[in-house]
Amino acid sequence: MNGMTIIVKNISSWIKILIFLFGIYITLFGHLTPGGGFAGGVILASSYILLTLAFGKRVTDENLPLWLASRLDCIGALLFLAISLVGFLFGASFFFYNFIQQKYLAQHASDFHLVSAGTIPLSNFAIALKVGASLFMVFLVLSTFRPGEPAQQE
Amino acid sequence: MPILFYVLLLFIIIAALIAVETQNLLSSVICIGAAGFGGSLIFLFLKAPDIAITQITVEVLALIILIRATISRDKTFISGDREFFSVIVSVVVVLVLFLIGTRVFDTFPKFGEPAFAVETKTEQTASKHYLTNGLKETGAANIVASVILDYRAYDTLGEATVLFTSILGATVLLRKQAKIKVQT
Repeated sequence: MNGMTIIVKNISSWIKILIFLFGIYITLFGHLTPGGGFAGGVILASSYILLTLAFGKRVTDENLPLWLASRLDCIGALLFLAISLVGFLFGASFFFYNFIQQKYLAQHASDFHLVSAGTIPLSNFAIALKVGASLFMVFLVLSTFRPGEPAQQE
Repeated sequence: MPILFYVLLLFIIIAALIAVETQNLLSSVICIGAAGFGGSLIFLFLKAPDIAITQITVEVLALIILIRATISRDKTFISGDREFFSVIVSVVVVLVLFLIGTRVFDTFPKFGEPAFAVETKTEQTASKHYLTNGLKETGAANIVASVILDYRAYDTLGEATVLFTSILGATVLLRKQAKIKVQT
């Protein structure tokens, strides 16, 4: 899978950082403005898909290879599970006890600030990591591995 | 505003029909994208921007993956006729289900009303409780985030597990290492 022409390469090298920043913004402000972990993760994945389509498979092998993407996917899933379980240490009797909000942030009246809402931004981050890595893996697996064709000697 | 909804619904239905009926795979994929775009516009006009953002991004990504994964390697058109019997069976089944469903539509709440809006004197309903106490209890200004990641976070955990399992299956089925051994 080779890259495209030089026009596409130039424009995508300018645009990729804007798409990535927008994905981070959507993820980080998910508890204040519309958006959230799922949409932010999809935007993060689409910036890497743009890189793969414009520059070819070699750039992806250097920046975000398949083994790294699968590890990021597992880290996101485990982080989300850990957030659900940590609340038990703080005296909860159910999953997803919002311990940071209930124990620390509720006294400081931190509503509408970036650091608010306890575990919700952390869950957004975990879901963005998971969704972005897994959708990028879907693209890699479906588009760059050719069935019936012998694998290239590397 | 309801006229806009009917126009958008008609647009989605026409796009879906073309996507099923056309012979060319590329135009079928583009029609699927058009249907998703109409759905995103409907969510936007119903004042649900969270769902609209998610819908439009997932739709664009799915369009790219479908074009990249299917068009560039397979035959790009569908040949051959459909079986007559299976078309008849599917049309009859859909008609019967629709006639049963019209009875269900009568029990729906009014358009725009929440589904659990029956309120008693002693207890608040769940949706009203989220709207009035959501900011105080979770601290999140976006009430959708407080519902899907605090009140109903167990459901989100299930979704994440479903996504994880499906990606695991796709990666295992399409991985590279086994193909090297088969080839050599």
